[in-house]
Amino acid sequence: MSSSSNSGAFRIKGTGRHTPARTARFTFDGKSYTALEGDTVASALLAHGVHLLGRSFKYHRPRGILSAGPEEPNALLDVSRDASRRQPNVRATVQEVFDGAKIASQNRWPSLKHDIGAFNDLLSPFFAAGFYYKTFMWPKEAWHKLYEPIIRRAAGLGEAPKEGDTDHYASRYEHCDVLIAGAGVAGLTAALSAASTGAKVILVDEQPEVGGALHFDSSTEIDGKNGYDWAQGVAAKLKAMPNVTVLNRTTVFGYYNHGFLGLVERVTDHLPLPSRDLPRERLWQVRAKKVVLATGSIERHMVFANNDRPGIMLASAARTFLNHHGVAVGRAVAVYTAHDSAYEAAFDLKRAGIDVVAIIDNRKLPGEAVLAEARSLGLEVLVGHSVVDTAGRHRVSSITVARNGEKNSRKLKVDALLVSAGWTPSVHLFSQSRGKLRFEAENDRFLPDIYAQDCISIGACNGTDDLSTLIGEALSAGAEMAGHKGADSIDAIAFAGSNLYEWTGGMIGAAEGAGPDTAVKAFVDFQHDVTAKDIRLAVREGMHSIEHIKRFTTNGMASDQGKLSNMHGLAIASEMLGRPIPQVGLTTFRAPYTPVTYGTLVAHSRGDLFDPARKTPMHHLEAAEGAEFEDVGNWKRAWYFPKRGEDMHAAVNRECKTVREVGGVFDASTLGKIEVVGPDAAQFLNLLYTNAWDTLKPGKSRYGIMTREDGFIYDDGVVGRLAEDRFHVTTTTGGAPRVLQHMEDYLQTEFPHLKVWLTSTTEQWAVIAVQGPQAREIIRPFVEGLDISAEAFTHMSVAECTVMGVPARLFRVSFTGEIGFEINVPADFGPAVWKAIWERAQSLGACLYGTETMHVLRAEKGYLIVGQDTDGTVTPDDAGYGWAVSKKKTDFVGIRGLKRPDLVREGRKQLVGLLTKDPNEVLEEGGQIVADPNQPKPMTMLGHVTSSYWSENLGRSIAMALVAGGRAKMGETLYVPMKDKTIAVEVTDVVFVDKEGGRING
Amino acid sequence: MLLIHCPYCEEDRSELEFRWAGEAHIARPDNIAAISDEEFAEYFFLRNNEKGLTYERWRHIHGCGRFFNAARDTVSDKFLMTYKAGLPKQPIPAETKAEAIAEEKTVETWEQMEGDAR
Ligand SMILES: [Zn+2]
Repeated sequence: MSSSSNSGAFRIKGTGRHTPARTARFTFDGKSYTALEGDTVASALLAHGVHLLGRSFKYHRPRGILSAGPEEPNALLDVSRDASRRQPNVRATVQEVFDGAKIASQNRWPSLKHDIGAFNDLLSPFFAAGFYYKTFMWPKEAWHKLYEPIIRRAAGLGEAPKEGDTDHYASRYEHCDVLIAGAGVAGLTAALSAASTGAKVILVDEQPEVGGALHFDSSTEIDGKNGYDWAQGVAAKLKAMPNVTVLNRTTVFGYYNHGFLGLVERVTDHLPLPSRDLPRERLWQVRAKKVVLATGSIERHMVFANNDRPGIMLASAARTFLNHHGVAVGRAVAVYTAHDSAYEAAFDLKRAGIDVVAIIDNRKLPGEAVLAEARSLGLEVLVGHSVVDTAGRHRVSSITVARNGEKNSRKLKVDALLVSAGWTPSVHLFSQSRGKLRFEAENDRFLPDIYAQDCISIGACNGTDDLSTLIGEALSAGAEMAGHKGADSIDAIAFAGSNLYEWTGGMIGAAEGAGPDTAVKAFVDFQHDVTAKDIRLAVREGMHSIEHIKRFTTNGMASDQGKLSNMHGLAIASEMLGRPIPQVGLTTFRAPYTPVTYGTLVAHSRGDLFDPARKTPMHHLEAAEGAEFEDVGNWKRAWYFPKRGEDMHAAVNRECKTVREVGGVFDASTLGKIEVVGPDAAQFLNLLYTNAWDTLKPGKSRYGIMTREDGFIYDDGVVGRLAEDRFHVTTTTGGAPRVLQHMEDYLQTEFPHLKVWLTSTTEQWAVIAVQGPQAREIIRPFVEGLDISAEAFTHMSVAECTVMGVPARLFRVSFTGEIGFEINVPADFGPAVWKAIWERAQSLGACLYGTETMHVLRAEKGYLIVGQDTDGTVTPDDAGYGWAVSKKKTDFVGIRGLKRPDLVREGRKQLVGLLTKDPNEVLEEGGQIVADPNQPKPMTMLGHVTSSYWSENLGRSIAMALVAGGRAKMGETLYVPMKDKTIAVEVTDVVFVDKEGGRING
Repeated sequence: MLLIHCPYCEEDRSELEFRWAGEAHIARPDNIAAISDEEFAEYFFLRNNEKGLTYERWRHIHGCGRFFNAARDTVSDKFLMTYKAGLPKQPIPAETKAEAIAEEKTVETWEQMEGDAR
């Protein structure tokens, strides 16, 4: 046996396309191997005679390499560069070897050859389809303690990385005239044809080089050249054209609406030392005017007893390993087929000097061309025979062959068995585009029938097998999709191709020796360990739809999505049901075509870029003062300002007392702000708020409530009238975008006759709130051109003035019940004004306060927070704001909803205050309220606690709550049952501090 | 990802720029304060949610900000037309409609599959 020095004993000199001198070292389960550049992990291991690569999912059976492509269900490995760059479940047939790769097998313990889990194989009668559904049902407690831990330990293949991913990923948008998926003969030809018209073309192929089936199909000649060489020439020509983008190592994983496609480009996974500048993978989001699908076909395995041993693989895969990688998959190889194409694997191996033990063909009439060639090469062909069993612990060592329908059998010694049941067109992307398939019974295959989008299928995925027909189809498809219907452009680039042999045959479903004996394991789905028996069982148990059979058996539900197994499963179900395949149906193909990493989908949107943080203009100054921040939507808001040694409780208590006794400065910039301008502005606000606005004089502001048409509170805020035609509207911090959308909706579609303009100004104004008895004294030196005395600038006044020379809007408003001002200055001036005001406030003994103190102070006054004290089912009257609903207006949004019977009935939940009997007890927000804590469960719940705080100013706890008929229950005792105790509360008014409201007007 | 034609910008733009805004051609009654409970329920709560041809509103929220109307086939997700807000319900051009209905018959839906299963 001739073999190159150290890249493996199974390298065959004179075969393969890699350069012997260019090697790469890698380890597999700790052992070091040499590969050739261009090898996949699969070809490199096979070159060293390594066939056992993993254990199966359910039965832990030894498994090897089945395919040479992305359809691989078995050979899933763990590939790493270092601890932070490790990926489980990598297909050995796709991953290219790079120098230094550390590769490990999965799903085995303690080692690949001695795996405790293989015990499952012996217990397999208990692990039939639906086992989990039926067994782990009873008793209920056993789920948490027994079943779930066992299932969790056993479930899942591979081990997720524990460290953060240190690679980075890129994302790109692109547009093109024609996108072509697949660069085999069909795709390359269509690309040439489309590109020659000048159209913008993107050609995508998942392999490192173009060529598709030409990687293995050595007998194809095109344009007078060997097929693979022709393909590389075409690719070079296309890459040189300015209107063409050729993407290798790129998978079209999804075909979505309106010509939108998702592509993943693997940029560095094949490189030994990738530059840190390169993204590991790149997501392409492409909008293509037209799409050409040239996705080829996938060879199926044969379904027979023990068809899963390492060394049993697809015939085309063996050809890829030999013709492309220069690796023989064994030294004594048999072929078991129902399709002519597998004969060519025997021919290639025989010509390379490998012993071909026999070709077992389960058909009566193989194709004449391949039969004649087999005879001339002296190969034994067993027509009308089947492989009915195999043996060999970690690799196939013999096969049992019998004439179909006869009991007598004989054993053949082999170290590899190549199988082929024919070819399944890859209609995944066509199906994802919502196209409808038809079943071609004579060839047992589904083919594209009716298109839902501007795409066309060509070549093997369209059922076009003959090479000349295929080239013609691709030439006209390329030109047509590029917008040229004429033949001229096609004639200019036309060429001929030929195959040595015509291919016929194929079968789907179980072959001889796949049961019905219930002990036989004839695998349909290798990745999920689904056998022919499981599918028969599913039908016997009453599953009659393929969608149900799929879920009951999990056939086709693994990460390979049944690329090999779906047609076999369907055929077995069809036979059991006695219904033709089209009536049994086909499960839906879903994106992604092959697994896509989360890193690619997330791309740059992680860490700080995951979600933008909104910061107020004064954020850095507050941080410098030691503020703790809380998230409010995307905003970072100063929460409280702890001094040295203070915890949150102490800081908030101090801030609350200081504001009421002296004063406080608060950053209110996050308030939503909308400028409402125009001659009809007052009329528009009349329609959008429950209050009346035409009566509001310029220079005054008013608290407004906005309801939806159903009458429930939607938002609230202070609205200032600056001029007849200009209002400064404020909204809740979180509500600004939806309030603007709500206003725009009515303005554009219901009240378009009103002359009003709406502008979001939330980020244009920095807002500094100064509250407390000393508030006026704090701001007095900075306000210019305005008399802010108590008499001249009363509560709820608004004026334009300057503050420190900066144009400002000054509101006299209060969310604390104290004298209050809100200074609005252009955002960029915020920090300077803030600094000056804070310096003076400090000298007068005032403090900075955050949102927590703001919440406590407003609760002490019973002020509502929309979204905390309301929940979308609360009317203005429920909240105690019935006075804010105009009785005079004939129309506003919500006027009719508020009259609905349920909204005017007695006994609705109303916002009230609660005082715990024990003043030190602080209720939990969300706590449920009942009248009698001793009533039987389920108790009648009267409502719940909406706001609850410790009030340092009162030296006791306070709370607000929604209680059924609450306002009629003043003074009554109710109860809040908690897990470990029941808390007695008294229903009170919501105003706890300064009930007369005198302080606000000082 | 849908491709949507904004009738104000007169551009085909990605769905990312738009926000769906419910069924179209539901006018707020002029005399809303006077309508019956049943009429209010009809106006505010009840929607057709039809399979197939649907008239709906979209807003080009990350573009021009305008609300507009669209006729969409909810089976194929094809937009048959879009037009400005305030225009009456537009008839679908005959050839567009024929094409849409042909597709409707041929596209497999989850409902059809599950229907067969039952
Ligand atoms: Zn627009």
